[in-house]
Amino acid sequence: MTQRVRKTISINESLLFEQVPGNRSTCDFPPLDVPSGEMADYVPRELLRDDIPGFPELNEVEVVRHFTRLSTHNYHVDLGLYPLGSCTMKYNPKINEKLARIPAFAQAHPLQLHENTQGCLKVLQKLADLLVKITGMDGVTLQPLAGAHGELTGMMLIRAALTARGNPRKKVLIPDSAHGTNPASAVLCGYTTVTLKSNASGCIDLDELRRHLDPDVACLMMTVPNTLGVFEENIQEVARLVHANGSFLYMDGANFNAFIGVARPGDMGVDVMHLNLHKTFSTPHGGGGPGAGPVVVVKELVPFLPMPVVSTKTDGSLFLDYNRPQSIGRVAAFYGNFGILLRALAYILREGSDGLRQVAENAVLNANYIRHHLSRDFHLEYRQPTLHEVVFDDKNQADAGVHTMDMAKRLLDLGFHPPTVYFPLIVPGAIMIEPTESESRAELDAFIDTMRQIAQEARESPKLLQDAPQDIRSTRFDEALAARKPVLIWKETGQA
Amino acid sequence: MYSDDYLYTKEHEWVRVENGEATLGITHHAQEELGEIVFVELPEVGKVLAAGDTLGSVESVKAVSDVYAPVSGEVIAANDLLADKPELVNQEPHSGGWIARIRLSDKSELDGLMSADDYEAYLGEEKKH
Repeated sequence: MTQRVRKTISINESLLFEQVPGNRSTCDFPPLDVPSGEMADYVPRELLRDDIPGFPELNEVEVVRHFTRLSTHNYHVDLGLYPLGSCTMKYNPKINEKLARIPAFAQAHPLQLHENTQGCLKVLQKLADLLVKITGMDGVTLQPLAGAHGELTGMMLIRAALTARGNPRKKVLIPDSAHGTNPASAVLCGYTTVTLKSNASGCIDLDELRRHLDPDVACLMMTVPNTLGVFEENIQEVARLVHANGSFLYMDGANFNAFIGVARPGDMGVDVMHLNLHKTFSTPHGGGGPGAGPVVVVKELVPFLPMPVVSTKTDGSLFLDYNRPQSIGRVAAFYGNFGILLRALAYILREGSDGLRQVAENAVLNANYIRHHLSRDFHLEYRQPTLHEVVFDDKNQADAGVHTMDMAKRLLDLGFHPPTVYFPLIVPGAIMIEPTESESRAELDAFIDTMRQIAQEARESPKLLQDAPQDIRSTRFDEALAARKPVLIWKETGQA
Repeated sequence: MYSDDYLYTKEHEWVRVENGEATLGITHHAQEELGEIVFVELPEVGKVLAAGDTLGSVESVKAVSDVYAPVSGEVIAANDLLADKPELVNQEPHSGGWIARIRLSDKSELDGLMSADDYEAYLGEEKKH
């Protein structure tokens, strides 16, 4: 098999601190035009840091080379398949980047007068309108800077609406197949969480739901399709039960890629949903993104949306409307990650409604292609039809002493980023694969061949997997030690 | 592996009752499933919990898992040793890796927990499915 990822520079890069010491700074400061003095004369002593012994002084080219070499250690979606389940690591079309670099957008300042930023405001308004239309909801905020931030914002909106009704209530119900951030968002918003056990098909158990619905329940937070990739077939009945209880239905939209353009959450009875633009809408994901987690809502929640919102004056021009008396306030500086919002708009406009539907169809097709070709080698705990991702586990390999982590590490040797492992928690030893729609059949076949090779190795030479990775720069880390006793700053004594 | 002196929950906690006080932790099976534990979030002493409430959490290299109060009552002690040595939960899950002690407010709740035999049968069931 051809080596898929070339080991361009196979040496390990040392830290800047470990480079040969010396005063090689090439940074020239302009001459002082103020009297010189001691730092301590200007800055309170308690704020002054001690000198850092061994602080590296390097010239420009050394620093550039250091970071360029580090960048070659990276694995990214421009290098190959990135099948990290639940993360939708799709390709980010370069046209998004091209548009985001247009100086009128890239150099706009958030404090510029509205008259000079009509184009930027139009981008925000247009994206808002399209997200509302795509999801079948009534309003949206573009401010949240990440998915979990969107979740928190959504929960704050629910709390505000319930408070306006007279009682914020106390509990949030969360199925055990939901995303791990959901309980954290609910707790951060002052709610206690109650876990709902999934039924045998991995969906919400309606009897379990009925048992838990009481006057203290503020909302049900569900991920659709759930983390098994299974669509909640009773979603309309779930919505009916939740609404009859005076509660809200929150949909975690992280998996929206599975049904965008095919069905609309608003038609299913969803009240609040966050969208991960860095997943479904092809903006950069990983390495800090930055992300964007807009929240779409139904009519009752619109008055509480964060401010400002883009509105239209009678003369047709746009302005930022701060006159929102019931708003929960700002949830981010200015208007969210504008450059990211712009990229998402570019993606939506380029795809169009037919294109977005095809995104979902191809994402589902790709995942099922992998599922079909790997299900002889890997155990599938939940066997019902799945959408955009498939969750295998290590049951077939466990008897040979090979576990999920071993196979994930072996994938690194063979040139692929591993899938999500050990999540969702309801499948012990989970291997969660989400190829996205971006991949060609050839790429999928290469991944399938590699996974089958690993299954064969597990039968014939398990040690190869238990010792993996061997062919990349670093062998297996002691992750437990790193988490228990993290060393977060460079220490000279740490050197051998 | 599973002592008859302990009671067990479906969420894989164990409980040992002495003089109206319940010492609890996670079972050998639970620590094995979680893998190497890197952090244990302990409950505050003095906190009053109802059975089923989240008491703390256990974090491993694989996952974070809630620990639920198997019985209702006030937390009277937490195993502070785990702050520096979370690996005790792996090494001695049923003794040195205990997590908290609760003063029982309702002894009848113990009737709802499993015996060692029942728990082992339950583990067998879980494995099959």
